[in-house]
Amino acid sequence: MHCGMCLPTCPTYDATRRERHSPRGRIALMRAVADGELSVSKSFAEEMSYCLGCLACQTACPAGVQYGQLLETARAEVEASGAAAAPARSFWRTLTLKVLFTDPGLLRLAGRLLRIYQQSGLQSLARKLKLTGLLPANLRSLEPMTPEIAPAFSDENIRLLEAPAGSAPRRHVALLTGCVQDLVFSDINRDTADVLLANGCSVYTPREQPCCGSLHAHNGEHALAADLARRMIDLLPPERFDAIISNAGGCGSHLRHYAPLLADDPSYAGRAVLWDSKLRDIHEWLLECGMRPPEARPFEEAITVAYHDSCHLAHGQKVTRQPRELLAKIPGVTLQELPEASWCCGSAGVYNITQPEQSADLLSRKVSNIQKTEVQYLAQSNPGCHLQIARGLAAAGSVTQVTQPVSLLARAYRREPAPHPH
Amino acid sequence: MTPTLLDSLSAIVGQPSLLTNREDLIPYGFDGTAALKGTPGAVVFPKTTAQVAACVRLAAEHGVPVVTRGSGTGLSGGSVPSPGSLVLCLVEMNAILDVDVRNLTLRAQCGVITQRIDEAAAPHGLFYPPDPGSLKISTIGGNVAENSGGLRGLKYGVTRDYVMGLEVVLPDGSVARLGNACVKDVAGYSMKDLFIGSEGTLGIVTEVLLRLVPRPEARRTLLAVFDRMEDAAQTVSAIIAARIIPCTLEFLDKMTVCCVEAYAKIGLPVDCEAVLLMETDGHPAAVEQEAGRMAELATAHGARSVRAARDEAEALGLAAARRNAFSALARVKPTTILEDITVPRSELAAMVAFIAQTAEKLNLQVGTFGHMGDGNLHPTFLTNERDAAEMERVHLALETIVEKALDLGGTITGEHGVGLAKKPWLKKQVGDSSYALMKLVKSALDPRRLLNPGKIFD
Repeated sequence: MHCGMCLPTCPTYDATRRERHSPRGRIALMRAVADGELSVSKSFAEEMSYCLGCLACQTACPAGVQYGQLLETARAEVEASGAAAAPARSFWRTLTLKVLFTDPGLLRLAGRLLRIYQQSGLQSLARKLKLTGLLPANLRSLEPMTPEIAPAFSDENIRLLEAPAGSAPRRHVALLTGCVQDLVFSDINRDTADVLLANGCSVYTPREQPCCGSLHAHNGEHALAADLARRMIDLLPPERFDAIISNAGGCGSHLRHYAPLLADDPSYAGRAVLWDSKLRDIHEWLLECGMRPPEARPFEEAITVAYHDSCHLAHGQKVTRQPRELLAKIPGVTLQELPEASWCCGSAGVYNITQPEQSADLLSRKVSNIQKTEVQYLAQSNPGCHLQIARGLAAAGSVTQVTQPVSLLARAYRREPAPHPH
Repeated sequence: MTPTLLDSLSAIVGQPSLLTNREDLIPYGFDGTAALKGTPGAVVFPKTTAQVAACVRLAAEHGVPVVTRGSGTGLSGGSVPSPGSLVLCLVEMNAILDVDVRNLTLRAQCGVITQRIDEAAAPHGLFYPPDPGSLKISTIGGNVAENSGGLRGLKYGVTRDYVMGLEVVLPDGSVARLGNACVKDVAGYSMKDLFIGSEGTLGIVTEVLLRLVPRPEARRTLLAVFDRMEDAAQTVSAIIAARIIPCTLEFLDKMTVCCVEAYAKIGLPVDCEAVLLMETDGHPAAVEQEAGRMAELATAHGARSVRAARDEAEALGLAAARRNAFSALARVKPTTILEDITVPRSELAAMVAFIAQTAEKLNLQVGTFGHMGDGNLHPTFLTNERDAAEMERVHLALETIVEKALDLGGTITGEHGVGLAKKPWLKKQVGDSSYALMKLVKSALDPRRLLNPGKIFD
């Protein structure tokens, strides 16, 4: 099937109007490789890297083509063939994918060092003295993008097991803290735990969690991704929980597809199927449990909010209705629909690093759509989108602040007059 | 393609608008048609009529065939490149040039996406009715070249009925403007009509002048569910006999309903034998009356249920789901070979039954849907192009079905065009003298057979 219904939803086709930069074109190239008509060339590798992996095409595809899986397979082919190899690239890939994002302790250590650099005045000093100019070009362009590291990580914010105050828990859930989310937005993890507690769930949060493997799978490292999936299943045995909660769109999209990744591993295949069936996005879960509307507003004054769909929550997990319904249930929140709400913001994992120009174009399109609404808050649910959009809004001098639906909800619960009797 | 030719092309369109690398060309080797492909020698993206003309002149000097393409959504292989040809991809000529509310016309470049035409007309209370299934991405130039139909053909006709004028680049690179904004015009041959539906074999449409109509004030959409295919067909006959001309009267069989529901999740009943999607538009009072009458007729002819769309969003959802029927059928098997036969409406029930029998006899899976109101059916065989034995049976089935359609006084193609896919049957349908006349026209306009060679006929 190559009907072309995916073309109008593809940001890279929209930007270039070239078939090779469309889902249909990329699949044609993959097929040519599979049929032996094309080798895994540098140009093929570049094309697979140019794809955002936003999966908008998957939502659009009437034929149900699983483009995401095809893309991951193609990227794995690219890695195996060495078509994209370059010494600097392998150094950074090894450091990030194989070292930092497999060892949560090391990742947090790196985070703490980065925070010391940021908070001690070293960062501003280095920027003032233009020492950052001494960095190699690719690091120099990255330096201003480094997110501000949170003062405390999730293991300091959330206890291993927390139970709702005043009553026996109705459900038992496990909470995934993520990697970037843990380092930069541990407060959002706290908010997530709080809204779960307010809705009668006991929350189990292992203090140290490995990366879920989404970065690895999206970047062609299948074996590492499978290994991380096994570690997650061991750490959070799905049999023990009513649900396993993810609050980051990108992670959740990968986390709920462990079964295909472990299908060939007899000792994990069955548990992976169970895992997938228990995996829930936080908004999805709250609505499924009959979320209790808060009795207070998140802020004294009423606020206007628009919601941006993170690609992997909307297209990867098909969760679009619930975050909006959740926001609509919060008193003092007026929800405005964002134009092109599900058009990628250009963050797309590491895309803003690997494809800075296309990423910047998508970001300015997103910012201009947000500015059309004139809302005070832009809610979304993915750390990549959060950082990207906040950076874009700040650069545009916008006063709109980036937040998460659960953060607004948690604020509203906290401002309730007295602890809820249930 | 010689380096001299490539250099000259690059000089015309600019280096970024010329593609020659293998990775760039492979994605231009096919359109929306299954199992047909060919790799072009180069692809160019002209931005003006002058650039199109210059490319055509240059290709003619070098004797290189030219294949024109929009978004590549055609369903008869019309824009599948002949090997080594020059593909003119016109998606960058995408400006809407004028909406003239005094004359009710719209002027646009050929690469404008079909849906944008109606979106540009709507704010003026105007309407561009043709709505081919791929309207979200198909180009208006491609629609004109194929004379595309759509869901509203029954009441509103097809693309041809809305084309008032064309700008066309001829095979020698000269530019002709055909037709005008006059409602009446009998000055000489109606040359624009020769180019509508000519599938890129006579000239290249670069600009269109389209007729718009007042936007209907009201619309009602109904969904009738049947346990027997014949009942659905009888309902259609009864509606036509009752002198009702709904804008849409679409039919989906069980297989199609299941696939569409799996994609769109809009609550279609997956346990029925057939569904009719009926839509009427116009003056609110007339719409109300017609919708009521159609619901009655469906019930009287055995509909299990008739439901009205609650609001505009649900109506649009139902129409969109129907437009995706062809693509959704690919959920079952990777290759979907669809037909486009059309029969006089009185023969619809016989044709639908014959398709089902043929598929059963040859042990093939088929999903049938189509525009029941205008007799245009899309039996779609679900297969795998890598399974040679089954593909052979599919071709036999197509042959049998086309023969039957012709026996019933039908046509081999209602709205997709002949292209490559229907080429073997054209002569049989039109007869020797008509066929010879078509070839005479082709050789008069394009004696060197450089424009889209091998399409429609050899």
